[in-house]
Amino acid sequence: METQQQLDNFQARIDAGEKIEPKDWMPDRYRQQIIRMGSQHAHSEIVGMLPEGNWIGRAPSLKRKLVLLAKVQDEAGHGLYLYSAIETLGVSRADLIDQYLYGSAKYSSIFNYPTLSYADVCVIGWLVDGAAIVNQTKLAQSSYGPYSRANIRICREESFHKKQGYEMVAKLASGTPAQRKMVQDAVNRFWWPTLMMFGPSDSDSPNSAELIKWKVKLNTNDELRQHFIDRTVMEAEAVNITLPDPDLKFNQETGHWDYGDIPWDEFWDVVQGNGVMNRERMKARREAHENGAWVRKAAQAYARKKKLSREQAS
Amino acid sequence: MSEKNEKDWPLWEVFYQPNNGKPYEHAGSLHAADAENALQNARDAYARRNEGIGIWVVPSNQITASTPEDMGPFFDPASDKPYRHPQFYSVPRAVKKRS
Repeated sequence: METQQQLDNFQARIDAGEKIEPKDWMPDRYRQQIIRMGSQHAHSEIVGMLPEGNWIGRAPSLKRKLVLLAKVQDEAGHGLYLYSAIETLGVSRADLIDQYLYGSAKYSSIFNYPTLSYADVCVIGWLVDGAAIVNQTKLAQSSYGPYSRANIRICREESFHKKQGYEMVAKLASGTPAQRKMVQDAVNRFWWPTLMMFGPSDSDSPNSAELIKWKVKLNTNDELRQHFIDRTVMEAEAVNITLPDPDLKFNQETGHWDYGDIPWDEFWDVVQGNGVMNRERMKARREAHENGAWVRKAAQAYARKKKLSREQAS
Repeated sequence: MSEKNEKDWPLWEVFYQPNNGKPYEHAGSLHAADAENALQNARDAYARRNEGIGIWVVPSNQITASTPEDMGPFFDPASDKPYRHPQFYSVPRAVKKRS
């Protein structure tokens, strides 16, 4: 049973800016929230390999192919850092993966959109990784020590992801009319789904208050979204890309960019599993996991055999 | 087909030495079937950008750690010995100026 005294002490530690470590006392609800949020984050990194992986074999040059391979490998690494961090709370990796592949665990809805051209790969780097950086820079200060450290590690690597994307967007945007059209089309399709990556509006985000009270998150979804928009408007202007929102206007009073209504119906629809690629993504992940089962078993058998022969030799 | 009953590979803690002469630091953890496998996975997961020039992998269940509950009493012996710090000692003024 959690006593009020324990809860107060815990809150005092959070308020003092202390990090919570795996063996420290924590409210059960805190543990559950970190597991939910962190594993969702990990699943997103893993499924995030698919939209871009789709284009590795068709990269326009060897250089771009090497870059894309390195980036996709990083995403796998980010998933692994996060799973390790979450496992410190006493959940097993196998169970987390199980909930993701066969249960109800969620991942970011942005990965349920298709990548129709190589320009999508460029725009994902610029916008999607750009949005992820805004989120993760804050999560690097999260109150749960292992989760915060995993995010610090991720942030160190993520800026290359964004920069390679933005560089390619700039190149396409200053290229032939067909290239310009291709990159603008990709921006038009990815702009709104990217804004949805920050999660529902504060008024529709039931978890937010608790997460902020415990400093699992440091900012609300709307604050982070605004920060991303303010940054991205300038970046779009610099490369002559139009963001597909006629209501985008600088507000002298607030010092921020006002933006139009986000199509939340679409967001909830994709979250429910009805996005263009939901089924395809889950199918690909399940197949990858199941087709890899023999590798996991073989490695275990080989380790057992080596151990046995070592014991017999001694 | 779910693999719920199949156990994870054992867990390992990863440490790396960032540079020559520097102490090893904890990087994180990972699963691997055996030590050799753990070392390779550690390189791929934690050293893709020359983060280290050396890696240790240690089975997580082999680590003995102090617990947060006895943090106070456990470290207590150190807290009442100010004479272990250089600030405890006075130095003639003339000497102080020079340093």
